[in-house]
Amino acid sequence: MSEHAEHAHPNYVKVWAILVGLLILSILGPMIGIQWVTLLAAFGIAIVKAYLVAKNFMHVNVEPRFISYLLLTMLALMALFYAGVSPDVMKHEGSRWAKPDWVAAAAAPVAETLGEHGH
Amino acid sequence: MAESAQTLGGDAHAHEHHEEQGFVSKYLFSTDHKIIGMQYLFTGMAMAMIGGFFAYVFRMQLAFPDQSVPLFGMVSPADYNSLVTNHGSIMIFWVAMPVLIAAFGNFLIPLMIGCDDMVFPKINRLSYQIFLISAIVLICSFFVSGGGFGGAWTAYPPLSAKAQYNLTPMGASLWLVAVALEFVAFLLGGINFVTTTMNSRAPGMRLYDIPMVVWMIVLASIMFMASVGPLIAGAVMLFMDQQIGTAFFDPDRGGDPILWQHLFWFFGHPEVYVVLLPAVGIVADVMCVFARKKLFAYKTVLYTALGTGILSFFVWAHHQFIAGIDPRMANVFTITTVLISIPIAEMCFVYIATLYGGSISFTTPMLWALAFIAEFLIGGVTGIFLGASGADIYLHDTYFVLAHFHYTFFPIAIIAVYAGLTYWFPKMFGRMMNETLGKLHFWGTVIPFNLIFIPLFLLGTTGQHRRIYSFENFPELATPAMQDLRVLATVSLVVMLLFQFIFLWNYFSSMFRGKKAGNNPWRANTLEWSAPSPPPHGNFAEMPTVYRGPYEYAVPGREEDYWPQNVPN
Amino acid sequence: MIPIATTRSVTGIPTGRLAVWWVVASEIVIFGGLLSSYIMHRIAHGAWSHYAAHTNTWAGGFNTFVLLTSSLSAVLAHKASVENDGPKAARLLGLTILGGGVFITVKAFEWTHEIHLGYTITSNTFWSFYYTAAGLHALHVIAGMVIMAIVANDARKGIALHRVELIGIYWHFVDLVWIFLFPLLYIAK
Repeated sequence: MSEHAEHAHPNYVKVWAILVGLLILSILGPMIGIQWVTLLAAFGIAIVKAYLVAKNFMHVNVEPRFISYLLLTMLALMALFYAGVSPDVMKHEGSRWAKPDWVAAAAAPVAETLGEHGH
Repeated sequence: MAESAQTLGGDAHAHEHHEEQGFVSKYLFSTDHKIIGMQYLFTGMAMAMIGGFFAYVFRMQLAFPDQSVPLFGMVSPADYNSLVTNHGSIMIFWVAMPVLIAAFGNFLIPLMIGCDDMVFPKINRLSYQIFLISAIVLICSFFVSGGGFGGAWTAYPPLSAKAQYNLTPMGASLWLVAVALEFVAFLLGGINFVTTTMNSRAPGMRLYDIPMVVWMIVLASIMFMASVGPLIAGAVMLFMDQQIGTAFFDPDRGGDPILWQHLFWFFGHPEVYVVLLPAVGIVADVMCVFARKKLFAYKTVLYTALGTGILSFFVWAHHQFIAGIDPRMANVFTITTVLISIPIAEMCFVYIATLYGGSISFTTPMLWALAFIAEFLIGGVTGIFLGASGADIYLHDTYFVLAHFHYTFFPIAIIAVYAGLTYWFPKMFGRMMNETLGKLHFWGTVIPFNLIFIPLFLLGTTGQHRRIYSFENFPELATPAMQDLRVLATVSLVVMLLFQFIFLWNYFSSMFRGKKAGNNPWRANTLEWSAPSPPPHGNFAEMPTVYRGPYEYAVPGREEDYWPQNVPN
Repeated sequence: MIPIATTRSVTGIPTGRLAVWWVVASEIVIFGGLLSSYIMHRIAHGAWSHYAAHTNTWAGGFNTFVLLTSSLSAVLAHKASVENDGPKAARLLGLTILGGGVFITVKAFEWTHEIHLGYTITSNTFWSFYYTAAGLHALHVIAGMVIMAIVANDARKGIALHRVELIGIYWHFVDLVWIFLFPLLYIAK
């Protein structure tokens, strides 16, 4: 009853294999222990995986353009939210106040415990 | 299909044989968009009566402190907080949104774009059912131990998170659940408004032939959907803080109450434009019909509305200027807030230009539409003082803010709604309302409205704080002059509320005994007026074809001063 | 009279698919709001890495693999529905549901273990976010499984095959959220 957008089906199993490979990389990467490698492996790979799923499984590229614009706009709004709120929420002391818990947290650097990972 | 005389949309299916439908399945479980629209409308009207009653009670307390209020009794401080909280919540979530978006949207959209119903009638019905449940949950919250939630409609933690502070443990959570359900109902409703308008337009109806009120409801639905997400996340977090003891917003345990404020206002500010746009759309349609003139600049209004919608996402922290946000952030939000007044003022100018040179008839709908512009302008202008972060340091949390947002909300939720209700009444019920009663009701509402809120501006600039149940303990705020203003405001409110009974009488008696209306008593262009009054199930005997835009009035060279969209060239 | 509204498509995209994209868009902002809030806290609290160290990367990784595989079966189901093979689509959707079930089961064991070790939702704000975010996601997985079962049941009988694609899009989105949750909660320690 509904028109199905004509498009060639990519080899879905191949895409899946790439995704699994990326998953393995993203687990192994942090084991090296270098912070920027961890972040790249964790989030860079996540973005790539997301793109692959959106393109090949959800067929976003076959849909009318406004669908992509809609989704990107939602993401942009989240970026706006983060940009507007994080300076406030992450500010842990002012001239006459402090968030004790956060002051302590800011004192402990993030990189410190990158050697450990959950088992 | 032969049963076109049925008042509320008739039989509810597409089969050849017509079964007799019982009252329950025809009216309570209908999937017909017109009935669902009415369900939202009547629920909204009932909630408006509750919200109005709450306003009456707390204003009586303010004008005559610590005296028993007729029809209520003594108002304790906890009662006061609860009344104020629920008045605000009800008016925004259970009156303005359902009536402006769901009632008008549901009733009008399929009719105005020329099709038989919404695209997902069952989801439509589900959305109303969820909405009704949300209203019931809210009303239940008034009767539980501790009473209804009293933490203000903005529900800032830690007050809203900790029962030891707000003293309404069950009320607070029930309120939150009610609001969350209402959000779900409108997300579901939005699916129908947007997809139906985009996909089911009659042949020939290009995007720029869509009536303004439909566009505005679509834009409002999109804005609602885009902004409500963070607040839903926040509501989940707040609920957990309330019920399970997490510390998302608990400063003692590492949470951050300011995060809630941001989550709330990131939604809260676009929300006011979500209700503004449909009101503006209704006024556009009404004005063109009763000025017999084309909308001055259709595309401008449309793009301005879109621009306002986008800009509305960039102004939210002006509600938090003195909450301790970074002052540099406050600068940014001052600039964006003042900027947003420009597109709205521009829309008002377009409307005035639409009136200029028109052949204006002061029917009741037109009076309401004109009042919208006049009153909303006052609201908008006073917003500028509040948008400047420096001035806001003094004005925040005073009655100046309250008067500002009532001068914007009242036109949106009441004035524009009356414009729409009186304008589309003949289409909904097949009869005309009484003009004399309509005008009496109009003046009896608008004049007292100003007498309520102008005193509140004055009280606000004198320093009266919001959300205080009695000023007896604030000697500098309890001077006789100030108390007189409070009494004036309260008496005007009582008068205004009494005049609403004239509307109720007019509305319900005209439904059954008003003069019969034909298809198009106002001689308007849009498609709904080519269907019978009231439209039968399925709306149109044949799908109309559209040949032109919706505002072709007084076209030179034509004998008639209107040119319906579906009449061939 | 045949309903008109449901059959028209002026924008060119079928209405059902337009509606699913709308749902996906609204879910982006819901999860986006929650995850943004988490990220703000996480970046500012270096000490949370102590807590985060206790999340089970292997469980998380395995669950990611399960969801990716279930997305594969979902899109293969879509391909089958396009080829009009209702029973095959239903079988593949069944595999997807099974994947969802495995995901939830692993999560149940994972959480039970963590709660036994004393990491509950109220232990501290890291764990509050952990359970809330993953819990909200899990609710969406369960809802997806239920809807998918209904669609699969119809598809098996050759009815409403277009809905296979629609529930697939929703399921891929749920997978996408997990693709980001996994590094946020498990890897970026």
